[in-house]
Amino acid sequence: MRPGSTAAACTAVLRRDLLLAWRRRGDAAFPVLYALIVATLFPFALGPEDALLARIAAGVVLLTVLLAMLLAFDALFRPDLEDGSLELLLLAPQPLALLLGMKILAHWLTTALPLIVIAPLLAMMLHLPAPAQPVLLAALLLGTPLLSLLGAVLVALTAGTHRSGMLLALMLLPLTVPVVIFAAGAVSAAEAGLPHLAPLLWLGAALVLALVLAPLACAAALRIALDA
Amino acid sequence: MTTSPPTAALLHAQGLAFARNDEPVFGPLDFALARGETLLVEGDNGSGKTTLLRVLAGLMPASAGELRFDEAPLRRESLAGRALFLGHQLGLKLDLSAAENLRHFVALYGQREGLAPAAALDEVGLAGYADEPVRRLSAGQKKRAALARLLLAPADLWLLDEPFANLDRHGIALVNRLLAAHAARGGAALVTSHGAVSFTDPSTRHLRLELNA
Amino acid sequence: MNTLTLWLHKLGSPPTFYRFAGAVRPWLLAAALLAGAIGLYGGLVLAPADYQQGDAYRIIFIHVPSAWMGLFIYACMAAAGFVALVWRIKLAEIVAMECAPIGAAFTFITLVTGSLWGKPMWGTWWTWDARLTSELVLLFLYLGVIGLYYAIEDRRKAARAAAFLALIGIINLPIVHFSVQWWNTLHQGSTVRILGPSHIAPSMLWPLLAMALATKLYFGASLLGRARVALLAQEGGKDWVRALAQPEGSRP
Repeated sequence: MRPGSTAAACTAVLRRDLLLAWRRRGDAAFPVLYALIVATLFPFALGPEDALLARIAAGVVLLTVLLAMLLAFDALFRPDLEDGSLELLLLAPQPLALLLGMKILAHWLTTALPLIVIAPLLAMMLHLPAPAQPVLLAALLLGTPLLSLLGAVLVALTAGTHRSGMLLALMLLPLTVPVVIFAAGAVSAAEAGLPHLAPLLWLGAALVLALVLAPLACAAALRIALDA
Repeated sequence: MTTSPPTAALLHAQGLAFARNDEPVFGPLDFALARGETLLVEGDNGSGKTTLLRVLAGLMPASAGELRFDEAPLRRESLAGRALFLGHQLGLKLDLSAAENLRHFVALYGQREGLAPAAALDEVGLAGYADEPVRRLSAGQKKRAALARLLLAPADLWLLDEPFANLDRHGIALVNRLLAAHAARGGAALVTSHGAVSFTDPSTRHLRLELNA
Repeated sequence: MNTLTLWLHKLGSPPTFYRFAGAVRPWLLAAALLAGAIGLYGGLVLAPADYQQGDAYRIIFIHVPSAWMGLFIYACMAAAGFVALVWRIKLAEIVAMECAPIGAAFTFITLVTGSLWGKPMWGTWWTWDARLTSELVLLFLYLGVIGLYYAIEDRRKAARAAAFLALIGIINLPIVHFSVQWWNTLHQGSTVRILGPSHIAPSMLWPLLAMALATKLYFGASLLGRARVALLAQEGGKDWVRALAQPEGSRP
């Protein structure tokens, strides 16, 4: 690959973000630990009754993953903004949307993927019925990239504000309602032995749409947030 | 403020002004920058030097005035790959080594023929520090690592924000050497300084920004 | 066509808009009060009581127009936001951002009246009915836009960022609505269908439409007033604002 070509640039962005995550690999444990602790608190709050936990397990896992991702979003652009690498990225003679897409991919791989890996463990701790387990996993595999893409656009909009954590929650969570509904709907349909493919397909369709649109929107949002 | 006849100016500004929340930050400015020229932008703190450079780099739009780059209206796309902006945030990742940082930069911006990141680091006086994490370098060494980009990128127009800051005598000489070589190649540069350094190349012109009261 | 665009172009300049808005606003407000008075009289006095719900149904004369306005204003905000983003018109930025609090207020009224209505109807203040839930999400979307607008210091940049968020919201809104509906049928919640618009008696319909007109007029008046104030605040340093302030300031 010739240096300066789009392919080289995309690989470089992905490689660098993964390398940075690897150099600070301890940080990747935080979202996972957070999810584990939050999921552990539910039985304390609601009582350890198996039937009750089994009923709420899927919802708890989904929301825990969502909240853990929400906390991790701050790391998507803030370090780059603070050390000036974001400006370097913006001014690079490359399609910005593609570079940002790579950043989002790296962020998903380093924060959401570990969460998906421990999701079955959380689900088992909460006694999610076995037939629903693969559906939960599929819902997470389709839903978390969607959240990452959607979140990236909003994080880009808040780049340059100081109190971005709470603000991001206020902006992002209402927009995640459909994702939560379809992901949880698929799992509860599977638990009830009903067909669960339709909500998963909806998630898939939304993901395809977001894959195309979100990087472009993210680039536009970043340009809005950073000029001035 | 000096202006020279705009013979084939690489960068040409006319009535360029910038305002934030309707408060004027700088301008209106008129200047032209030809190939082989260096323009030293001087002014007190808050006179808008950094803002001027950011506008020229295409990071933010000017509020008024006209900007022409290479005889065409300046657009973000027309600058891509032809201008290089070095802000006071250096854009270095502290957890990566100087060489890794430069390799990333080259992948994004392209590389001039016949020079590799490692050689560029030697040339800016960081020989032996290539594989050191940037975190362990001193402020001046970080600056040098960022300056190595100037050697690598094939850009015509350099926009350097306070390139002399944090540098020792040799470092200042290095920047002057880089600028002279760039000018000899037919490149142009805009350099800001708050006036503390002596930049004494006779081919350098000066642009003074006044504080907007 | 050409004169219209020219007129719109002139209206886009802050001083012209300021004068225009100041002149139109009292008329809109008066018309809103009149339409509101007629609508309320028709709704609360003339319209007969419902055979099922008695007088409790009369809250629809507030609830339903507010619900319409919640969506309508969001659409206005997104449209103005689109104009602001594409053409970078300052007035469009201001209009988009001043829409948000009004829309949020109407959405809030919808939720409160819906909840008041719910008590006699469902025996509870809140139920996870699809429409009420969608309204709640709409309120959150408004609050997100307002929150982002006030989190960014540069007013113009803040307006553009919040307008962008409003546009994302408007793409998301139908999806939210659809998904909430689906969720509601999935969980078989208490879906008491109250008055579909198809079988509403004319004696109830005309006051409802009068109220809808009144809320639209009020929105217009309120928006113009808010936009005037926001313009003054943002253009404080400009000559035309100084000229406005001069006669009063020079008085002894």
